[in-house]
Amino acid sequence: MRIPANSLVSGWGGFIAMVAAGLVLMFSLPQLLDLFGIVQMTVFVAMAMFALSQGFLWGYGGIMSFGQAAFFGIGGYAYAVSVINLGESTTPVLIAILAPMIFAALLGYFMFYGRISDAYVGVITLTVSVILFELVNSTSGNEYHIGSAQLGGFNGMPGVPPLNFPGDASSPLEPEQTWYAAMGSLILVYVLLRGILASRFGRVVVAIRENETRAMLLGYDPRLYKLLTFIIAAGIAGLGGCLFTNWGGFISPTVFGLTMSAQVIIYVLVGGLGTLLGPILGAVLIQYLMIQAGSQNVVDPNLGLGVVLVAFVLLVPQGIVPMLRDKLLPVRKPAPQNAPAGKAVEAGR
Amino acid sequence: MTPLLEARGVTMRFGGVTAVQSVDLALREMELRCLIGPNGAGKSTFFKMLTGQLVPTEGTILFRGTDVTGANPHEIARLGVGIKTQVPNVFNGLSVRENVFIGAARRKSMARARQIVGETLSRLQLDPVADRMVGQLAHGQRQWVEIATVLAQEPDLILLDEPAAGMNHAEVQRTAELIREINRTQALVVVEHDMQFIRMIATTVTVFNQGQVLMEDDVEHVLADQRVRDVYLGKQAA
Amino acid sequence: MDLIGLLAFNVLTGVATLVLITLGLGVIYGMMRVINLAHGEFMMLGAYTAVTAHQAGVNIWIAMLVLPPLLVGLVGLMLERTLIRFLYGRIIDTMLATWGVSLGLTGLMATIFGNVVRAVPTPVGSFAIGGYGASLYGVVVVVAAVAGLAGMLALLRYTKFGLILRATMQNPNMAAALGVSPPTIYMAAFALGSALAGLAGGILAPISGVSPGMGAAYIARAFITVLGGGPAIITGTGLASSVFGVINQLVSFETTPVIGDVALLAAAILMIRILPQGITGRFLRRSL
Repeated sequence: MRIPANSLVSGWGGFIAMVAAGLVLMFSLPQLLDLFGIVQMTVFVAMAMFALSQGFLWGYGGIMSFGQAAFFGIGGYAYAVSVINLGESTTPVLIAILAPMIFAALLGYFMFYGRISDAYVGVITLTVSVILFELVNSTSGNEYHIGSAQLGGFNGMPGVPPLNFPGDASSPLEPEQTWYAAMGSLILVYVLLRGILASRFGRVVVAIRENETRAMLLGYDPRLYKLLTFIIAAGIAGLGGCLFTNWGGFISPTVFGLTMSAQVIIYVLVGGLGTLLGPILGAVLIQYLMIQAGSQNVVDPNLGLGVVLVAFVLLVPQGIVPMLRDKLLPVRKPAPQNAPAGKAVEAGR
Repeated sequence: MTPLLEARGVTMRFGGVTAVQSVDLALREMELRCLIGPNGAGKSTFFKMLTGQLVPTEGTILFRGTDVTGANPHEIARLGVGIKTQVPNVFNGLSVRENVFIGAARRKSMARARQIVGETLSRLQLDPVADRMVGQLAHGQRQWVEIATVLAQEPDLILLDEPAAGMNHAEVQRTAELIREINRTQALVVVEHDMQFIRMIATTVTVFNQGQVLMEDDVEHVLADQRVRDVYLGKQAA
Repeated sequence: MDLIGLLAFNVLTGVATLVLITLGLGVIYGMMRVINLAHGEFMMLGAYTAVTAHQAGVNIWIAMLVLPPLLVGLVGLMLERTLIRFLYGRIIDTMLATWGVSLGLTGLMATIFGNVVRAVPTPVGSFAIGGYGASLYGVVVVVAAVAGLAGMLALLRYTKFGLILRATMQNPNMAAALGVSPPTIYMAAFALGSALAGLAGGILAPISGVSPGMGAAYIARAFITVLGGGPAIITGTGLASSVFGVINQLVSFETTPVIGDVALLAAAILMIRILPQGITGRFLRRSL
């Protein structure tokens, strides 16, 4: 997949506008929507978080994970298991972020320090998600429990306690407050990622995506940067999984499924590679369309997803956001062609 | 005094083919060395072993007395070795400024890195194109960007693989000047085919042929040598 | 003793199953470096062909062995013409596009046939290994796998088409210079790989539930076996299937089939790490 070239942070103006728009949405939606709408939007945010994870990893790190659902699922299960055991939700949220990061550190070390090629990274991540699916799917017996949490196999884990006010397990968040928590953390992660991308670390990550050999010859260890990118993305996916579990109070092995990994790739591809806004919008758009498609019983939604994926790979490989940006924003006037540095150098002699 | 760079009996075999055979080479601090030899003589392979992209089948490579044989490219780069490869090897999707920044930024403060970027861009007179995407630039310009990126790295040893390839006469002259200027503070090894260019910059020349060192002497002696004419210049004259 | 006999039979069946589900993917990957993520769905189409044909009164053997490869080969051909050929050389893009096809086919079949599991009766009975009963159908699977491997080997080694295939695989430009049309060869190879997937689906239909989502169960196993096998498609598929099949069956026997599958996948991941070029990338490099 070609990744749009001018993908580095494009100025403070855009950043502030984005955060402002996010905050406006966060505080205005509860006024505009009914309760059902707010709950719906909360799951959109969970999926947008998941999309940010894939978008950062793929669009900036150039790492193609075909099994990002593994981390989403680990996050969701980690939250469910620990909140059932602990009662209070603050630590479980941290566990939901940290557990996928630890898992990603192990898997990533194995892959990147083994210098496994890009396509194989896709294969291995996909296989790992299949392994997790099969493992968790087979834990339906009563003997499979972690502490007091029954894993429930293919039936999943119902009745997962919702988020509560930090430190007070007896006051769970209302749906509207859950919305604030979810949207607030999405904005926070967005800000965090923008910060990472503007830092030296982020620039080197993008440079490695552009030309790994060159980065290495300049003294950067691509393995380390890829590993760290992979770990960060896993943490974000885990937080997404945590929000997702919270939304329904329920989690089942389908979160590890191939459809889940495919969906998040579609979000990113549709929204736009090499942007952070793209994956978020892609997630919301596709989720919305899926719900619309789900309300009819004629065509299976997978058919639509498949068609969208093929169409975007073939026709709009850059995704919607970069396409609109190129179309709507006036292209910066390039310096005159054929005024090479060499000539300039010559003139200076 | 310990040489800056030393290769001892370095050999590289690919399957049955010996690309480089027991090459010995020593480079002093601040030396400027030219490597010449016909295509396929093993120069680029030798460079790749110096930078860690290839691990020699036999022999050792020492940088200031430290054995770096088999070390990772990034580890060798950190010791202070920079290379401009034969084909422009740049970050096409980043701007000229960002390319040079990546070269400058390792283990330096952001402010210091920006300062180096500014200096390097004006030193190579890349300011007019500083915010252009490197992928959009012409081949010759990308050569300059790569040299700038390597310079920004501030290495003690700079390897240049055919820096003047595809440049016009004036650009070649400017490159030669730049190399002499760099040589005031840093050591260089330059692979080149252009004999005029070699004359412009060279002090000591090492001649590669069929993977071995044919001779090593100052530029006048090398260019006057009959064997060198046979393997290299003779071919060009023919 | 009987138990060991049964176990050996199960291992053999397991290896044969892996050969069947891998071969088609291996042909496509080996020829064109295209990782066809719709491979499992091609098998699913083959299985549905068998089910539908059998219900329509077609002889069970024809419904299982003849129609699925023909139909799925045709589907593969159409897909190559309309989609894959635009994406050669872009490995990630082909993976994405074929994943789209995979979702699309799953959705299409769910739309037409509904999300229910169908079945084809097993056309043969069982036999006894000592005190244990074993399905004769396992023998059918083993025979089909051996025939598939031998057939592909013969095709590549002894026919003109096979020679052209190998030449194009080695060096498309050179083959083109000699008058071969690489696009035509790629098309044929893709159709051939698809047909093999269809055949696998047809053969496995009686022993696996036939549903729109069944392909997902195969894809990870199939393509990690292909990668484990390495560049020599036939030998590699045979060897990797043997290694992984044995691991799978032995672990399944000791624990549960789920743990067996997990062991297979984990072993395959480990092997990719140790032998990134696959078994035949390191050993037996001159084989086919």
